Amino acid sequence: MLKYIVKRFFLMILTIFIIATLTFFLMNAIPGSPFNEEKTSNAVVQQNLEKHFNLDKPLPVQYVLYLKSIITFDFGPSIKQPTETVNSLLGRGFPISAELGIWTILVALISGITLGVVAALRHNKLIDYTAMTIAVLGISIPNFVLATLVIQVIAVDLKLLPAATWNSPQHMILPIIALATGPMAIIARLTRSSMLETLTQDYIKTARAKGLSPFKIVVKHALRNALMPVVTILGTLLAGVLTGTFVIEKIFAIPGMGKYFVQGINQRDYPVIMGTTVFYSTFLVMMLFLVDIMYGVLDPRIKLHKKGGE
Amino acid sequence: MEKILDIKDLHVSFTTYGGEVQAVRGVNLDLHKGETLAIVGESGCGKSVTASSIMKLIPSPPGKITKGSIHFKDQDLTKMSNKDIRKIRGVDISMIFQDPMTALNPTLTVGDQLTEGLKQHKKISSHDANEQAIEMLNLVGIPNPKERMKQHPHQFSGGMRQRIVIAMALICEPELLIADEPTTALDVTIQAQILQLFNKIQEQTGVSIILITHDLGVVAKIADRIAVMYAGKVIEVGTRREIFYNPQHPYTQGLLNSVPRLDQRGDQLIPINGTPPDLFSPPKGCPFTARCPKAMEVCENVYPVHTKLSDTQEVDCWLQDERAKKYIAT
Repeated sequence: MLKYIVKRFFLMILTIFIIATLTFFLMNAIPGSPFNEEKTSNAVVQQNLEKHFNLDKPLPVQYVLYLKSIITFDFGPSIKQPTETVNSLLGRGFPISAELGIWTILVALISGITLGVVAALRHNKLIDYTAMTIAVLGISIPNFVLATLVIQVIAVDLKLLPAATWNSPQHMILPIIALATGPMAIIARLTRSSMLETLTQDYIKTARAKGLSPFKIVVKHALRNALMPVVTILGTLLAGVLTGTFVIEKIFAIPGMGKYFVQGINQRDYPVIMGTTVFYSTFLVMMLFLVDIMYGVLDPRIKLHKKGGE
Repeated sequence: MEKILDIKDLHVSFTTYGGEVQAVRGVNLDLHKGETLAIVGESGCGKSVTASSIMKLIPSPPGKITKGSIHFKDQDLTKMSNKDIRKIRGVDISMIFQDPMTALNPTLTVGDQLTEGLKQHKKISSHDANEQAIEMLNLVGIPNPKERMKQHPHQFSGGMRQRIVIAMALICEPELLIADEPTTALDVTIQAQILQLFNKIQEQTGVSIILITHDLGVVAKIADRIAVMYAGKVIEVGTRREIFYNPQHPYTQGLLNSVPRLDQRGDQLIPINGTPPDLFSPPKGCPFTARCPKAMEVCENVYPVHTKLSDTQEVDCWLQDERAKKYIAT
């Protein structure tokens, strides 16, 4: 197990390094510079500014400086917001984004699994059809459409909840609904089909023959096996929720990391782009690692430290 | 001897898109305490369905017991609610399924699966349940039971897993054990060991066993009585001796002739030609008529009368009728 973790750790470092490098060169390949919009500044001022942010040095030197900033995790000041450092932006934005993301994943998992299990247990009955209709709708409606829809209906027309910003639990409900519906629908469909398959397995018949209650059979014997495919797609879903937060944060005017990320790209605020990208990718890679560990916990046949299982 | 199970006129049907399949069409069987009854017959004759309906384990829908009764001691199992039948399952009647590779949950430890039945039905502490499970594993011949309890099913071989399945079925000390083709998925040497284990368990616990199989070799080793099923009916029943040495139904005779025997080397096996009838619309006469070498006109139209040949042997065949005997003689 320890050997596996160490191996995975080095792979994670490598992945992040590749992502960082790609981001750096892609970023520099985009035409324009942070100072394009500032028409008033003269050439001398601009030169001084570039010198201040090390933009006058050749690209390889900038690259090395950039790698150094990653290792020390100090991305320096933002170009466009001189009073802020990248780290302070991350420090302010991340807790909010994380709150949104964690709630979204939790809501999606709990409601998706419940919906899927109920649909499987009432296979081909009304509840099944209803749940699957909800699921198909959830998959087909993009989160930004759903976001504007819930704002219009729930916030504007019915005036039940606030339309935007991030101040109290009430403010959190609409963005979480908008963001969680898609993943929830995917999880529900997956849980249903894998639950249906699991329920026909022989060990379920054995459990019934033992006289266990239906609840125990479902929760103890079926669910754990049925959730394996859900764990598999959890990594992809996390990535989806992460990118979803960019859009949702923008729509609901939530001051999370997504806002700074999009703003950074638009304004060519190089340190902010770097900082947020490296931060996001580190976070995602770590989550994927956790998902892999979870596999081994759920299914003892999967041994992480050995090649080829049994 | 005390009768513990009495099945009377059991009918089971499955509703499918193609219509109603009458899988079991009036089965009568009984079982005494400490006895081993083998139900034999080819695939699709209704032997597994009969066994599953005893514990109400037929998938419903589409399956349904449409008629008849199953008396276990004083209770009619067919009339029991799902909640009440759960108190019978695993406690009074246990069942073992065909394939030990899939009958155990791969994500739970063997110990967990062994003790959960005990914990469900009896007020027992975890510690005592574990002790009892270890004892049970000892009985079925698993070495190092204490360590093995913590392992998962994939760490056991097929024969070992079947032993665990048997231990699981016996842990609440049931009075009746239903084994649905318990040796079919195992290789021959392991088969013999598992059959010996059945004998040993019966000696030690006095459990009654219903053994479902299509392997007459298995039957010859452990059955006290044999019921032969064909197209959803029991067509002949008798002691092991009677069925093997004095089979009366042409189907039973055909079944025995189609088994290879060591003492008749070189002889060709005699298969039973044809296939069983379609149970969507079962024939009104004897279902074996189309394949029977001794079929008469009456066989096709009227179901044979039930004839008692001895205290233990009974057969459904027109050949037992006085008139048929005269007809054959002339």
